[in-house]
Amino acid sequence: MSEVVNSPLENEIQALVDGRLDPARRLEVEKWLSAHPDEAARVRDLSAQRASVEDAFSDLLDRPVPARLRNAVEARVQTGPVWRMAAMVALIVVGAAGGWFANETLTARTAATVALTNDALRAHSLFVREKRHAVEVTAQEEAHLVTWLSRRLQADLVAPNLENEGYRLVGGRILPASDAGPAAQFMYETPEGERVTLYIEQDTLGRETGFRFTEHDGLSAFWWKDGPLVYVLTGAAPRDELLGLARATKAQFSS
Amino acid sequence: MARATFDLVEPHIPSLRRYALVLLRHDEQRADDLVQDCLVRALSRWHLWRRPGNLRAWLFTILHNIYVNDVARAAARPDVVEIQDYFPAMAVPPNQADRIQLLEVVTAIQGLPDEQRQTLLLVTMEGFSYDETAEITGVPIGTVMSRLSRARDKVRGSVSEDAPARGRRVT
Repeated sequence: MSEVVNSPLENEIQALVDGRLDPARRLEVEKWLSAHPDEAARVRDLSAQRASVEDAFSDLLDRPVPARLRNAVEARVQTGPVWRMAAMVALIVVGAAGGWFANETLTARTAATVALTNDALRAHSLFVREKRHAVEVTAQEEAHLVTWLSRRLQADLVAPNLENEGYRLVGGRILPASDAGPAAQFMYETPEGERVTLYIEQDTLGRETGFRFTEHDGLSAFWWKDGPLVYVLTGAAPRDELLGLARATKAQFSS
Repeated sequence: MARATFDLVEPHIPSLRRYALVLLRHDEQRADDLVQDCLVRALSRWHLWRRPGNLRAWLFTILHNIYVNDVARAAARPDVVEIQDYFPAMAVPPNQADRIQLLEVVTAIQGLPDEQRQTLLLVTMEGFSYDETAEITGVPIGTVMSRLSRARDKVRGSVSEDAPARGRRVT
């Protein structure tokens, strides 16, 4: 150890308080502190403060875990078609009540399914406002787009033709889905620039469902399950218009 | 695999609940909602956890993100923090000076700006390393260090000067 001790950096003072300073340097810093009473007093106070925090909150670790949190884990790890179906049914109630996340007391199952629909809505909100980068592959390469997304989702996708409904395909992109591998997003727009997105991911449900409606923050979404996939159609359009688009979409996939 | 997943996650629930409870100023209902959302999201993204990564830090990262994005924004910060309500056991202190010091420290922490409060709690209450804290809060380690330093000095300035020094580790 050298005779002249470099004055410690602020980071080293913090690390000393947390017991994270390496031993050799700690000796040096402590030696320096013995000649700097003001800073030594600060280190003493901060160390006492750290001990107080540990004391003050240690009891909170001993509280019994409520059943709903254990169930949140157990329900999810025992994932099967039955509970997932229940979750989707329950989601309608939650969606209708307008509670999407965190602020409502959700059951574990509904919360899990909200995550799925949340992904679609977030993807919608994120990309509809983009001008130049709204899609990864444009409608000019529609065949390539559909082949690519079909391969990634391991399903026969189509880019539904919604021109009769006044919406033209902009293009599409691939996204990470919360729990089912990749998701596909197709974007459509009206001549006025009103956009809707169709979000598609793999699903493990054994049964078909009808159209489910939900809304959040001025956005409406219809979602349904058809074959191996689950679909979420999202937009700011009125509910009836969106339902028309959803029906047209479902008809083209069910062919 | 299902049972194994449960066994891996379950041991972390008490500390996630503690952190959520302190973050949400002892609103138990909302704290458990936050933990529940965290668990559900973690399990729905289970394939994203890189084994044998640090599961505890990963879970705290998810909780932090939900808190920052969805919860903190909606939570009105109370003007007055009634710490006694949080710690009924402290109402009749076995050692008055110690208890007063604890209450002062807790009150001061709850009055910190949110980023400083999170950093201080993660490092001190939860014992995360600076690297882990940087990962959880999504900021560079230098930011963690400066938040920590400012938080601690602020708390130090808030507690009474004549309080007995406790837990001395230095000198």
